[in-house]
Amino acid sequence: MADGSHGHTLYFHTHSAVHRAAPHHKVAALVGFVLVVVATPREWVAAFAAYLAVLVVVIAVAHVPFGYIARRMVVELPFVVFAVLMPFVAVGPRIEVAGLSLSQAGLWAAWGLLVKGTISVIASLTLAATTEPHQLPGALARLRVPAQLVQIVTFMVRYLDVVSSEMRRMRIARESRGFQARSLSSWWVQARAVGALFVRAYDRGERVHLAMLARGYEGEGRR
Amino acid sequence: MHVPDGFLDAPTSVATGAIAVGALAYAMKRARHEQPDDRTAPLAGLVATFIFAAQMVNFPVGAGTSGHLLGGALAAVLVGPATAAMCVSVVLVVQALLFADGGVTALGTNITLMAVVGVGAGWLAFLAARAVLPKRLPSVPVAAAFGAFVSVPVASLAFVGLYAVGGQAPIPLDTLTAAMVGWHSLIGIGEAVITGLVVSAVIALRPDLVYGARDVVATTPLEIREGAVL
Repeated sequence: MADGSHGHTLYFHTHSAVHRAAPHHKVAALVGFVLVVVATPREWVAAFAAYLAVLVVVIAVAHVPFGYIARRMVVELPFVVFAVLMPFVAVGPRIEVAGLSLSQAGLWAAWGLLVKGTISVIASLTLAATTEPHQLPGALARLRVPAQLVQIVTFMVRYLDVVSSEMRRMRIARESRGFQARSLSSWWVQARAVGALFVRAYDRGERVHLAMLARGYEGEGRR
Repeated sequence: MHVPDGFLDAPTSVATGAIAVGALAYAMKRARHEQPDDRTAPLAGLVATFIFAAQMVNFPVGAGTSGHLLGGALAAVLVGPATAAMCVSVVLVVQALLFADGGVTALGTNITLMAVVGVGAGWLAFLAARAVLPKRLPSVPVAAAFGAFVSVPVASLAFVGLYAVGGQAPIPLDTLTAAMVGWHSLIGIGEAVITGLVVSAVIALRPDLVYGARDVVATTPLEIREGAVL
């Protein structure tokens, strides 16, 4: 649930073959790779070692420090908890491990979840670390995502920093007046800030649209 | 909160992907009628950015823990269900590809659960509550809170349904259902309170922007007050 990103994207700036590769190739490769990982039977332990080796090579070629990827793997944490619980709640034949009665099927499921989830998260992080956010809309367009959705992604990527820093300014303003989000009583204050953020974002959207019209924009799908 | 890769088997992921694509195609068609003239792209983009940013606001629950908004029902009430479904989907795409949050192959599943079921259930519950409550502006946040409260456990129920079809461990379904729906009803209470508060905050500032309050705002007669306080 915790979002450690706080609006900053995961892009790691450096020069490498992976950074230079066409973004739509990278997105397609990621989807293909993860599909293969997910479809692999979890009993094929060696296959997962091979997948991990592929990722290690790609990350090394990309000159992204392994620690950079490892630190950002916390997004996976809620599901690690879920996976750890599985051997205890799943049904089926049980085995004794260190005095605990664990479900055999649950153990396999936990292994499958952890290994597939972890490899996929590493793969996604590698894409995010080597692809600049502004390259994403073009990649989606090349992959035949409908123009209307690509445009929404474009605007979202473009204004991500603007809106998050607007939110950050509002938080700093609140806190410099002595506000601290500590108890339930702070909800109303924060909800009003979220409401104000919506009004500002909506107004900005309107202004952007008018500015586009003033520059000759003629409607959806054209630039 | 996002379903990661490998949680559901490949056929289920592909099937939910197809559901997501179909639902999005329908939402794109409908969204054109929800926003005035042709501002869909910039507006929806900024609403998506807003949802993303609003999810980062931590609401303290006590004992050092805090929760955050999911925003499906909130977006539906603020900008209309079809625009909301598109925006939430785009947020999920960007989170999966730029933040590694939520699986790439689980994108269809996450869109189905949060953008289709979450937004849809929230909107229907909102409409139902609006039909029962008096047709006045103060009813709108209450109905929005009800929509938010319903949307979270319904989405978790949809997840249990998907898990029954393509789950990767033999967990007894009644246990899973009880745990998921019970836990998500609690989350739903928080979601309801935040959604209600945010909607009433927006109504206080700009009632004309709230899609779910349009009928009430349209029938409110223009009032000219003499001797306004300066």
